[in-house]
Amino acid sequence: MDVVQLKKQLGDYTRSLFNEGFLDDQFNQLQQLQDESNPEFVAEVVSLFFQDSQRLVNELAKDLEQQSVDFKKVDAHVHQLKGSSSSIGAQRVQKACISFRNYCDEQNIEGCLKCLQQLKNEYSLVKNKLETLFKLEQQLLEAGG
Amino acid sequence: MELDMDAASLSNGMGVENELHVLAVDDSLIDRRLVEKLLINSSFKVTTAENGLRALEFLGLGEEDQKNNLKTTGSKVNLIITDYCMPGMTGYDLLKKIKESNALKEVPVVIVSSENIPTRINKCLEEGAQQFMLKPLKQSDVKKLRCQLMT
Repeated sequence: MDVVQLKKQLGDYTRSLFNEGFLDDQFNQLQQLQDESNPEFVAEVVSLFFQDSQRLVNELAKDLEQQSVDFKKVDAHVHQLKGSSSSIGAQRVQKACISFRNYCDEQNIEGCLKCLQQLKNEYSLVKNKLETLFKLEQQLLEAGG
Repeated sequence: MELDMDAASLSNGMGVENELHVLAVDDSLIDRRLVEKLLINSSFKVTTAENGLRALEFLGLGEEDQKNNLKTTGSKVNLIITDYCMPGMTGYDLLKKIKESNALKEVPVVIVSSENIPTRINKCLEEGAQQFMLKPLKQSDVKKLRCQLMT
């Protein structure tokens, strides 16, 4: 593919991520922060998000396995994940966190477990999407775009 | 002590005349990285801290400083931006400590939070916070802050 086609492919893909709600305007903000002094800024922050999310999802699984679930702890972990997903613009993950917190408030274990599963799904999806996005950007760069 | 300090802030504080120095406090690494970039893009000098205790140490209000009854030997900052929700010492607790200090009470403190809770906002403003801002911060928010500080 030539540069023009690669550019179009990247543009289309990016737009689809916004249209499908995977990303919101905060992701644009991140991209605008990237400059020559920090050409890897978006990748760096997204990578931090992946690490942090994986850690939090693991913590949440542990929290919910306890004999006596500490909902304050669960809520604190979900709150952290809500914050970081909001900071990078991972809208669907953020929304899943909001639902999750509602079940925490109700101390509803079933609900929390369902939300955790949903959270894992959304996180996995956005991770794949972003990795694909970075690959397309890389292809474009290598083609001279 | 693990503060993120750039080389310039390790030097003896003889910064550029117009350079404004901000201390940004947040327990989230992602958010520290974001706010740091936002601030640098607006020509601020930035130091970040991951919790209130580290922030107080940097400002010269740490436990050791208090015990030894030292005048503040902390670094001079022009602005403190702190997250509200932090484990242990919240942004509100940190705000109180700063306003209780003769050395630091004039330093503007901005509280940021992902949650828009009026009682929380009022509480902070009443305690002397310069402003309350919603996360995630945008470049335009930071530019406005800079303008406010310069006047």
